[in-house]
Amino acid sequence: MSFPWAQEYKPQGTVSKWVDERLPLPRLVYNAVGAGYPVPRNLNYFWNFGVLAGVALVIQIVTGIVLAMHYYASVDGAFNSVEHIMRDVNAGWFLRYAHMNGASFFFIVVYIHIFRGLFYGSYKAPREMIWLLGVTIFLLMMATAFMGYVLPWGQMSFWGAQVITGFFSAIPLVGEPLRQLLLGGFAPDQAALNRFFSLHYLMPFVIAGVIILHVWALHIPGSSNPTGVSVKGEQDTVPFHPYYTAKDGFGLGIFLIFFVAVTFFAPNMLGHPDNYIPANPLSTPAHIVPEWYFLPFYAILKAFTVDFGIPFTGIIIIEAKLMGVLAMFGSILLLFFLPWLDTSPVRSGHYRPLFRKFFWYGLIPSLVVLTYCGGKPPYTQWVVLSQIAAAYYFAHFLIILPIVSRIERPLALPNSITEAVTGKPLPAAA
Amino acid sequence: MVRLIAFLVGLFFSGMLLLGLGDTVVSAIKEPALPTVEAGFHEETLPVTFAHDGPLGKFDRGQLQRGLKVYSEVCAACHSLKLVAFRDFAALGYSEDQVKALAKGWKTEVPSINPETGEPATRPGIPADKIPSPFANETAARAANNNALPPDLSLITKARENGPAYLYSLLLGYRDQAGYKNEEGKELLKEFPDAATPPGLHFNPWFANLNIAMANPIASDDLVTYDDGTKATRAQMAKDVSAFLTWTAEPKMENRKSAGWAALGFLFIFTILAFMSYRTIWADKKH
Repeated sequence: MSFPWAQEYKPQGTVSKWVDERLPLPRLVYNAVGAGYPVPRNLNYFWNFGVLAGVALVIQIVTGIVLAMHYYASVDGAFNSVEHIMRDVNAGWFLRYAHMNGASFFFIVVYIHIFRGLFYGSYKAPREMIWLLGVTIFLLMMATAFMGYVLPWGQMSFWGAQVITGFFSAIPLVGEPLRQLLLGGFAPDQAALNRFFSLHYLMPFVIAGVIILHVWALHIPGSSNPTGVSVKGEQDTVPFHPYYTAKDGFGLGIFLIFFVAVTFFAPNMLGHPDNYIPANPLSTPAHIVPEWYFLPFYAILKAFTVDFGIPFTGIIIIEAKLMGVLAMFGSILLLFFLPWLDTSPVRSGHYRPLFRKFFWYGLIPSLVVLTYCGGKPPYTQWVVLSQIAAAYYFAHFLIILPIVSRIERPLALPNSITEAVTGKPLPAAA
Repeated sequence: MVRLIAFLVGLFFSGMLLLGLGDTVVSAIKEPALPTVEAGFHEETLPVTFAHDGPLGKFDRGQLQRGLKVYSEVCAACHSLKLVAFRDFAALGYSEDQVKALAKGWKTEVPSINPETGEPATRPGIPADKIPSPFANETAARAANNNALPPDLSLITKARENGPAYLYSLLLGYRDQAGYKNEEGKELLKEFPDAATPPGLHFNPWFANLNIAMANPIASDDLVTYDDGTKATRAQMAKDVSAFLTWTAEPKMENRKSAGWAALGFLFIFTILAFMSYRTIWADKKH
């Protein structure tokens, strides 16, 4: 698909003509990220983060493939092989720190990308499929990152694996057998480490595949934009190349400056010191925490403290632990239903006064609080805060958003993107 | 239908969380958390600065050599340094011959086999060897140390929060528990009479649970004689060995920092050029 005014790929030389007739791959690229893809002219810097997420995935795959050449997936050797990479492999310290912090930066750009989608209503018709694929990518990323964190076989690797696979044992009846099936044993051990390594190597390529679908689905309706108003004509768009390739180049430079600053000058800032202690199944760390990007979900898990049952009878229907696990998965799975929960026809949060209030004063603070409390020990003040924030999180998406979309009076939308940009109404003929 | 189910699910989760909130508050009021001895008497790390701090910091080679001396003459009696090889000491400014001599003269020999009989034996170290451990295995280490295991020190400064300063504070942190008061002037044994250090452990308010198995390793000055004539005070030895163990944990720190500046320099130029081409290309488009 494309808009009728999209530039057509015209191969010039004999070779490019020959290739185009047999395998039109250059044509595909031209139409995907070249001059053949018309994009709204008013995208702001939040629209850089899709490309940046792609770059982050490439960084992870390239550094990861080289790391795998030196890594040894064994409970006796994994920790030392990582230290061998840090000490004796040429530039190994760089590969390892880039991969370790690359995961964090991948999540940072993806969280900003998701934030963009949430605020500007990018999940709404006709872009629901892009959103669904995006949430799928996010879930795959979380699984990949978790398994990657286990590989160095430090204390947090081991105990993180213990805790996270422990979620499955909360499932009634089949829980414990399921957990043993996943781990290949009663506790994280050689079998678990080997399969985590295998899957950690596989999943990025699955993610790359789903990203192709994500971009394909994007090219059907074309990119959204900060006004949320659909493209009406050629004057509303510019060709992706050179306009957005240039802008993405600038965004990439800024992203890499942050990435390099952390990787080279504070490489362990986002990690946990306990992971420099080799895994010891006999010694539980005082305080098991996941990587920072899982903290909001970890806080939701821990926020459920009372069993659900029939009052005064002592009959428990759902235990607090199981409810925490369900809620933690539910907090991500509910995003799949977002296009049908938010029924407002207006996409951009700019033109939704009520939505905007709940978004900025409700959702964003609750996520900040959950991230903060997720890393704290279970003292009363942190539990109370995460219970309030988690209650708001679920209420926001499942209760408030459907009601807001119904009762809200949106502001007047501009007639077109060009009008919003130039401030001049379009000539009547256009 | 989707919205109805969502509404009910949302009501359930949020409701259970608010019930939990009430429960948390009620139980916090009914049974307030008891103050813990760690909360009141665990000390923050002492302020200490090293030559290698900051994005421009480089290791002080003289200090690392002094730290190696403290490690080899004091710490190495109990603590291993398994991830470091003798050849790595070249980075501390030693010549090839000095490294060879260090390896050969190391107090513990390297485990090996007798080439004639195949029986376990030991031989003097060579530069390619990793530093030999003081104990043959964990059981031997525990047997010699009142059942406590002296941790390997290769990564110790990265395995603790604010590691170098923590180590420095811990080494200087041994105190007499009787009459010990914190900064607020509260006396530990009066506030927590049960918290008396058990026999075999040693009171150190910089240690996580205040009682550490290791006896004060640098209880007095001049445990080592520095080759460069530096006075071996307790603080000097603690600081030197903390710097040395920062190097063992992060031997490539200097390469990392200099590569970082090169990468940042390149990226600044790249980003400025990218910004200029962005502005040029968009010059005729209002956006």
